[in-house]
Amino acid sequence: MREVAVVSFAQSAARREPARNEVEILMPVVTQAVEASGIPRHEIGFTCSGSCDYLAGQAFSFVSAVDALGAWPPIVESHVEMDAAWALYEAWAKIQCGMADSALVFGFGKSSPGEIRDVLTLQLDPYYLAPLWPDTVSLAAIQARVLLESGKASERDLAEVAARSRRDAAANPGAHQRDPSGVDELLARDYLVSPLRVHDCAPISDGAAAVVLAAGDLARKVCDRPAWIRGIDHRIEPHALGLRDLATSPSTRLAAEKAGLGSVPPEVAELHAPFTSQELILREALSLDAGVRVNPSGGALGANVVMAAGLVRIGEAARSIREGEASRALAHATSGPCLQQNLVCLLEAD
Amino acid sequence: MTEKLPDKIETIITPISLEYEYTPGTASTIFLRGMKQGRILGQRCPVSGAVYVPPRGSSPTHGVPTEGEIEVSDHGTLRSFTVVHLPIPGSEVSPPFVAAIILLDGADQTCLHVVSGCEPSEVRMGMRLRAVWKNRADWDYSFENIRYFEPSGEPDVPIESFRRESSA
Repeated sequence: MREVAVVSFAQSAARREPARNEVEILMPVVTQAVEASGIPRHEIGFTCSGSCDYLAGQAFSFVSAVDALGAWPPIVESHVEMDAAWALYEAWAKIQCGMADSALVFGFGKSSPGEIRDVLTLQLDPYYLAPLWPDTVSLAAIQARVLLESGKASERDLAEVAARSRRDAAANPGAHQRDPSGVDELLARDYLVSPLRVHDCAPISDGAAAVVLAAGDLARKVCDRPAWIRGIDHRIEPHALGLRDLATSPSTRLAAEKAGLGSVPPEVAELHAPFTSQELILREALSLDAGVRVNPSGGALGANVVMAAGLVRIGEAARSIREGEASRALAHATSGPCLQQNLVCLLEAD
Repeated sequence: MTEKLPDKIETIITPISLEYEYTPGTASTIFLRGMKQGRILGQRCPVSGAVYVPPRGSSPTHGVPTEGEIEVSDHGTLRSFTVVHLPIPGSEVSPPFVAAIILLDGADQTCLHVVSGCEPSEVRMGMRLRAVWKNRADWDYSFENIRYFEPSGEPDVPIESFRRESSA
């Protein structure tokens, strides 16, 4: 295996963006990540992005993002119709194959133009589920109900996740959920879709994020403290929700095992959980005890740029290593309804 | 009596309706505002100086934001064309018609439009054209304010002058 590291990370300040389009949001983020990497733009060997045309309501919307890259002379480029964490996986595989020594990975999206909870319904089975229009929040609420009824968590546990995430998000310039309310205050509020309240759900965020990967000696040359990807794996569960125990995440557990999590706990875990209940399910699947600092960035509950929020977890985990806050960090990304598909990336300092 | 069911179900209808509040972006907003006033506005790449019309906010060759509001002429040169024998759905233009790529005077990027006001057999590369606008009262935030381009009667531009470095 080749050594591959995250050498830079940039993100836009997530928020609702009524004026700028996706390319205009993305361009400064890409420029910032490339400049911070120390690798000249034209020497980056591969570019891969993640986005979803349904968010923009336009076919092939990702192609216009190439305009943000300065892609001339023509570049080696690819795209996944998924969170950009999976684009990072493709870029990592490309580097493993020896086809590139460095890669630019980015994700972007605007959730605000449509009703994101309805838009994401289109990822469901088109014959049996999509015609019933179960939206993402309702499906997550069904999952949360299973978790609560299993006795593994209470509504107070959910509110504690929300309060901690909001507190941490307030210190993160990339996040936009800023609300200092305590647990009791949050629990006094009405349900949105029971048992979920507004604080249990990620905010509506528009934005972009970018990461630069580099292999071996190149990473050492451009970065004082590279965040080495020691292992990365992703696993998917059956499409039919009725086949799954929604209170557990066996795909996350297996991805972590294959990524090499082992018995040494990370100091930091960035978990892509757009709902408070999902963080609890993930913590159990990853056997994270109270000593692990979960989502110091505020997580997806602080900013949820759909199609970039998973990549942001990897970027934030890598930053905690590059800035010396941790020497071993775990990043997780999810895709699909109710944690259907999960990616785990294990990062370490030298 | 039991209804005979088909062996093979070929179609089911599952209606999907999603509404978006679409944002054209700051650069396209400049262009669309210009259209409302009967002006063609582009933006300039700060690195190469190229003027892009209609602007998308970025210089695709350099990956930097384009700048300013650069007005270009509604006269231009036909760079290539085709005679189309298929109808455009919902268009007032009926076949055969000429679709052309046109370099407006002052722009560094061609745009696509329809050429009318002459026989398709008269259309040629290098031909000079001018925009035919809708009536001022009908101007909207739309490129369709220009109905089509027609021959301006100016002398042709030599085709040899079209060649340029491929580095854009």
